[in-house]
Amino acid sequence: MLSKRIIPCLDVKDGRTVKGVNFVDLKDAGDPVELAWQYAQQGADELVFLDITATHERRGTTIEMVKSVARQLNIPFTIGGGITTIADAEALLNSGADKISINSAAVRNPKLIEDLAKAFGVQFVVVAVDTKLVDGKNMVHLNGGRLITELETEDWILKAESLGAGEILLTSMDHDGTKNGFDCSLLDKVARSINIPVIASGGAGKVEHFTEVFLETGVDAALAASVFHFGEIPIPYLKSELKKHNIPVRL
Amino acid sequence: MIGIVNYGAGNIFSLTSALERLNIPFGMVNTEADLDKYTHIIIPGVGHAGAAMGKLEQTGLVAPIKALKKPVLGICVGMQLLTEHSEEGNADMMNIVPVKTRLFDKNQGIKIPHMGWNNIDHKNNSLFEGVENLTQFYFVHSYFIEYNPTFDIATANYGKPFSAAVQKDNFYGVQFHPEKSGIAGERLLKNFSNLKQ
Repeated sequence: MLSKRIIPCLDVKDGRTVKGVNFVDLKDAGDPVELAWQYAQQGADELVFLDITATHERRGTTIEMVKSVARQLNIPFTIGGGITTIADAEALLNSGADKISINSAAVRNPKLIEDLAKAFGVQFVVVAVDTKLVDGKNMVHLNGGRLITELETEDWILKAESLGAGEILLTSMDHDGTKNGFDCSLLDKVARSINIPVIASGGAGKVEHFTEVFLETGVDAALAASVFHFGEIPIPYLKSELKKHNIPVRL
Repeated sequence: MIGIVNYGAGNIFSLTSALERLNIPFGMVNTEADLDKYTHIIIPGVGHAGAAMGKLEQTGLVAPIKALKKPVLGICVGMQLLTEHSEEGNADMMNIVPVKTRLFDKNQGIKIPHMGWNNIDHKNNSLFEGVENLTQFYFVHSYFIEYNPTFDIATANYGKPFSAAVQKDNFYGVQFHPEKSGIAGERLLKNFSNLKQ
C-alpha cells in the first residue's frame, strides 16, 4: 500500500539553512546537508528545500548546495524558490533534485508548468499554492501571503493539473504558523477534485493534526517545518502514532 | 565495475552519488566498445519512455545491449525499455522481457503519478538479498509493467498488482528508484553489483 508521506521543509538562504533548528546532536544547524541527513535517518519520507535567496547571481550557491545534498541523501527531495525558466529547472535536475516546486512564476506564466512537464515529465513539477480566505473565498496569494491575485484557489489548482503539474503543495496562509491544525475542509475538496497527489501544508502543531489531515482528507503527504526543526514532534513517534490509526506509513 | 548507459535520458547524478556512497566503482557507456569495459551494466532513465527509446536507438546501443550476457539492470524508464512495448508514446521497446508497459488507470480511484513509498512483495531473488519482504521503496511513475508471473520478481500494488521488479536471464529491471529508496535501495544496488556473471 502506498504510504502517506511526512515531509520536513527547510528554508535555505545562500546555501545555508535558516530559521532556528534545534537538534541536539547537530554540529552545524545551518548545514543543509547534515540536517537533511539527520531527517533521512529519522524516517522523513522526502524533504522540501525552499530557497529564499532566489536572486539570479546567487543561484550558483544553491546549485552547489543541491549537489551536496544529493551526494549524501538517500531519499527524494524537492527544491523551490526562484525558478522561472526551463534552464533554472534543468540545472537543479542535473544537480540531483528529484522535483522542483514553482509558485509565483507559475501564476505569472502558467505556460511554464506545461513547458516544464513537457521537458522533464509531470513527476518533476510540483506547483506550490499559497491560499488565504478573503471574503469567504479561497484566493491564491503570492509573496508569502502578502499579495493577493485574482485567482480562486480551487480553479487555479484545476488549471495547474491540466497544464501538467505532477503534484500540488497547498499551504493555507490562514493556518500557517498558528499550530492549530491543517485546513482540512479545503484540503479535502482539493484532493478530491484532482487526480494528482496533494501535499498539505500550514498549521501543523500537534501529532493529532497529522492524524486528522490523513483521516479526514484525501491528501497524500503532510509538510511541516518548525514542529520538526525544534524536535516538538519527533518523526519516528509521529509515524508510530499514525500507524496506530491505521494510516499507512513507512517505518 | 558498473557501466552506466549514457544516452541522455534524465539525470544520473543521484544514481552516481549512491554508487559513490557505496564505494561501487562505475563508468559511462557511450559506445558499443564501452560495454566490454564493465562487468555490470545499468540503464537509468526518467521521463518519457517513447522519447527515451528514441534516444537509446540513436546511440546504436540497442542491439549490443540485447546481446549482453552480463548482468544488466534497468531502473524506472530504464526498466520499461526492456519491455516489448510502452503505451507512453505508443512505442516499441527493446523487447528483452516480453511484457507490456501500460498507463495506470485513473478510473480505479488512484492518483497518477504513483508517487511515494510503496511496499513490495519480493520472491527472494538475489537482487533482494538481505531486504526484508514488504519493505518500502520509492516510486514515481505513471506507466507500469504488467504483472507476469514468469518474469515478476517483486510485485507492488497500486489499483492493481504490477511488477515492481522483473528478471529474464541476465536482465533485471526495477520500477522504483533504488538510489532514492533509503537503506533498502542501497542494499539492492550493492546486491546488483555482486551478481555473478
